[in-house]
Amino acid sequence: MTTLAHTLSDSRVMLRRNLKHQLRYPSMTVMLIGLPIVLLLLFVYVFGGQLGAGLGAHEGRGAYLNYVVPGLLLLTVASAIQGTSIMVAMDMTGGIIDRFRTMAIARASVLTGHVLGSLIQTLVAIAVLIAVAFGLGFRSAAGPLQWLAAIGILALFAFALIWLAVALGLAAKSVETASNTPMILFLLLFLSSGFVATATMPTGLRQFAEYQPLTPVADTVRGLLSGAAIGDHAIAAIAWSIGIAVVAYLWAIRLYNRRRAAEPK
Amino acid sequence: MTSVPASTGIAARDVCKSFGDHLVLDKVSLAAEEGTILALLGPNGAGKTTMVRILSTLIPADSGSMRIAGHDVVTDPDGVRAVIGVTGQFSAVDNLLTGAENLQMIADLRHLGREAGRRRVAELLEQFELTDAAHKLLSTYSGGMRRRLDLAMTLVGKPGVIFLDEPTTGLDPRSRRTMWQIIRALASAGVTILLTTQYLDEADQLADRIAVLDQGRIVAEGTPAELKSRIPGGHVRLHFADPQLLHSASELLPAAAPDQDELVLQVPADGTVDSLRGLLDELHEARISVERLSVHTPDLDDVFFAVTGSHVTAQLNGDHAPQGVLLS
Repeated sequence: MTTLAHTLSDSRVMLRRNLKHQLRYPSMTVMLIGLPIVLLLLFVYVFGGQLGAGLGAHEGRGAYLNYVVPGLLLLTVASAIQGTSIMVAMDMTGGIIDRFRTMAIARASVLTGHVLGSLIQTLVAIAVLIAVAFGLGFRSAAGPLQWLAAIGILALFAFALIWLAVALGLAAKSVETASNTPMILFLLLFLSSGFVATATMPTGLRQFAEYQPLTPVADTVRGLLSGAAIGDHAIAAIAWSIGIAVVAYLWAIRLYNRRRAAEPK
Repeated sequence: MTSVPASTGIAARDVCKSFGDHLVLDKVSLAAEEGTILALLGPNGAGKTTMVRILSTLIPADSGSMRIAGHDVVTDPDGVRAVIGVTGQFSAVDNLLTGAENLQMIADLRHLGREAGRRRVAELLEQFELTDAAHKLLSTYSGGMRRRLDLAMTLVGKPGVIFLDEPTTGLDPRSRRTMWQIIRALASAGVTILLTTQYLDEADQLADRIAVLDQGRIVAEGTPAELKSRIPGGHVRLHFADPQLLHSASELLPAAAPDQDELVLQVPADGTVDSLRGLLDELHEARISVERLSVHTPDLDDVFFAVTGSHVTAQLNGDHAPQGVLLS
């Protein structure tokens, strides 16, 4: 077999392993998929009435549901990558990684297995959230192409964040740290256009919100799903995604290779 | 760097490794011929695991040259990885998979092919008595079963060289015997084995050659018999009821060493029944009554104490019953 064929074959084995992990560790999988749904219900039924009124004179809970779904799709991504980070850290602190390292397998396959597994999990979680949102009365003006574009933008951003989560999982000294670090994304999401329009924020905060990566992604997805214009948001979203993916990928590979020199516990 | 001749077994020369200021391995040289078992014997913290991690390409050495089955560890790590199997001290199994899935995963990563892989998995499950538990999750496995699966995973690709880092630590006596049988069978099938252990009887039972590692240095090396021959012979300890009897006995046996505090006379002896009978007859004729006696034959404990110093004693007492035979 050629090197490329080995890499693909090894990555497929690792992907299968990670998908099995997700099924065998259902409490985490259910939590990661369930959390965004609970928050969706919370945002729509608890905050929705008041927040919806802020969208315009005759708007209400239904309008806010339409507004907030892109934000919760991002929250779904953030929630899923927390799982990635935990899974990677669990792998690195367990004995199995040493077995993989003493075998002649494609070096990157351990990490690509995690990335692809998490991407599939994220897409499933996104599908579940969209289904629930429709059940609650979410309505979209988007055609199939806009839907595809929206999912594509989310998947690209998720791909970038998953590599970031892999790096964070590798950098973490313990599984607990690995599960906490991605929390910063939840905070960033609140400081973006995910849940409320940035125009309603005080100046300093608004500037921060407008120039951080989650806002253009949220605005692009929102624009695509509501049939509105997306302007430069899409370009910013794609640029951020590619930038984060490249940096996180290089960081993760470096951490993965450097761990070889680490002192045994 | 000194070069090491190509070999089908394990050859390491002058391996050094420091973690920060702490020198963990100090010019360690090892050699194991093809199909033999080399035991790396030493207390906790001697550097055994570090040596295994270096030879199995997990961490780089600071200096030294190493070849595994002819492949250079530094310049051809993937060549080494293709021929070795490693069972570390901490179980390297996937807890969220079943036993069969664990083995199948390794078969796939070894690129055995669908049919050959499946056959090998079934074969190993059978060999390691895991067939009944094959489709159960590892959370239901006992410690002994996990260790057997761990070793089975190491053997999936039929490696020619195997590293076993403390393979029986934490196992009950029965599982330990089973593990010994498996290790012996592997060596007789031509597999070269480097095993680390802190159990002296384990090294004595299994190894063709033993290297004693203490604080990062090889302090003794040889066959179990050679190591035993390097220490003083065995002896008989005679315990007396009063100092007068001890005094008479030591006059009768000038070669013996008396211990006035313990009322014990230590008589050199080769441990055979004839020499023991002769000794007892001599004492009987001189009408010196002995309260009780113990026979002490040389074993690896003696080697260990002789070459590494007494600090290991406390550690060994917990694990091992005294090797002498007590008669009263």
